Amino acid sequence: MAFSDWQAFIHMGGYGLYVWSAFALSFLILALLTCYTLWTQRRLKRLATQLQQRQQRLAKRRQQEVNTP
Amino acid sequence: MNTRNSWQVMSTVFKRELTVAVRRKSDLINPLLFLLMVVTLFPLGVGPGPDVLARIAPGIIWITALLSSLLGLERLFRDDLQDGTLEQLCLSPCPLSLIMLSKIAAHWLLTGLPLIMLSPLLAMLLNLPTSAWLTLMLSLLLGTPLLSAIGAIGAALTAGAQRGGALLSLILIPLFIPLLIFATAAVEAAVVGMPNQGLLAILAALTVLSLTCSPLAVAAAVKVSVN
Amino acid sequence: MWRWLHPYAKAEASYRLLSRLLPWFACSAVVTLLISLVWGLAFAPADYQQGDSYRIIYIHVPAAIWSMGAYFGMAIMALIALVWQIRTASWAIAAIAPVGAAMTAIALLTGAIWGKPMWGTWWEWDARLTSELILFFLYVGVLALYFAFDDQKAGAKAAAILAIVGVINLPIIHFSVEWWNTLHQGATITKFGRPSIANDMLWPLLLSILAFALVTATLIIMRLRNEMLFNEIHRPWAQAELGVNPPVAVSQQETR
Repeated sequence: MAFSDWQAFIHMGGYGLYVWSAFALSFLILALLTCYTLWTQRRLKRLATQLQQRQQRLAKRRQQEVNTP
Repeated sequence: MNTRNSWQVMSTVFKRELTVAVRRKSDLINPLLFLLMVVTLFPLGVGPGPDVLARIAPGIIWITALLSSLLGLERLFRDDLQDGTLEQLCLSPCPLSLIMLSKIAAHWLLTGLPLIMLSPLLAMLLNLPTSAWLTLMLSLLLGTPLLSAIGAIGAALTAGAQRGGALLSLILIPLFIPLLIFATAAVEAAVVGMPNQGLLAILAALTVLSLTCSPLAVAAAVKVSVN
Repeated sequence: MWRWLHPYAKAEASYRLLSRLLPWFACSAVVTLLISLVWGLAFAPADYQQGDSYRIIYIHVPAAIWSMGAYFGMAIMALIALVWQIRTASWAIAAIAPVGAAMTAIALLTGAIWGKPMWGTWWEWDARLTSELILFFLYVGVLALYFAFDDQKAGAKAAAILAIVGVINLPIIHFSVEWWNTLHQGATITKFGRPSIANDMLWPLLLSILAFALVTATLIIMRLRNEMLFNEIHRPWAQAELGVNPPVAVSQQETR
């Protein structure tokens, strides 16, 4: 352990602001990218559901057209 | 397809490029006027002090040359793609990369060469010492073929894209950075009277490398755009 | 080897493989990242010159290494996509580029933050930072080109060509920038480049490099899976993976 207590660990020998902001920004970027990727996955699920619904509607209409004449 | 026929195709394409360019003179002149105007902006922006201008002249001339070369590039393949010429060229039995090489050569002749001829005027406006004029022209002579060669890659890649113009600069500017570094360094070395043959040799090497590799990339990019 | 590799040219097979690999990569990424950063932040000794500010290297160096690594990986995928026309490889370009750009952004930001106490300015035109910035531009170009086409296949191919052109240019850019830097500034403090680094500092650094490799790989796998599903969304296997069962009625209609 390079630090005597929590205070010193946060303080980082006077460089606390720099060290912690660097770490915070890096994790923010990684977190944003991860969230965006997960959000894309959810959007894809929605897209697939929409596609399926449209296909079902089309199928139903085609069935009706077959039945009516 | 023997070599002689390839030569014939290449020279036909070359002549066609020149004919098309001569019929559209404004495309030839506008980049040069742009170059001249941007160079005029610098003394107005940073002040007309001769020392300051002479100090930054090599950088200004090369940066404006680089930017003005981006101006006309968008048309290099777009018109040919739209009227179907590019498709015809792809069907030619002559290797597409050779045809692209002659297109690059024509483009250099139409944009690079006038720029070199204009450069003494720019050097004079920016108060560049006369001892460096020859090096400036030499660096332009060695460097502008690279602008045409790499520029053709960008033009071919963006020919089929939706928003061509800004995208083209976005792609090309990072690729021009080594050229800018070595060319300005060569001229700056001439200004302070240091030997600069090594830098010009590096410049020549970069140009040769780009001229050998880029026709292949341009041909591949053209095939993508045509499909 | 070809017989082993060939099934994975099919998106469905490689999707299954990636899905099997993903949890392993994700878990090991999180674990190694936590261990290496806690080790680097709290247990590694302070530097005798730079004090505790040097601890930023535990993210800066790995991010810089893998921003380059991701670009090379992307170029290899681009070559595979162009030569063997494997579609999965062309989707990999779109999967890798944002991750590489994020790594580049991390390296740039942490480099600037490290520079403030060390050089006194946020941005010093240091050779490595400058080439990192140019690398960021190259990533942006590839991404912009990928999404500039209406036809996605054309976009992927164009981006592949640009990635290969970029990877040929990368060493030239790197050396020219390094040379330019020595020309204009003389020798600045060679950043992070000390020949001998104490073992107590080196081990957490190596571990964090491994951790960032795993993080990069995890993100790429996640994004590549999405790309595969997006491009194959009309196929039954992709719909099944997305939790939508292809309706029986429709498939009967289609077979007719």
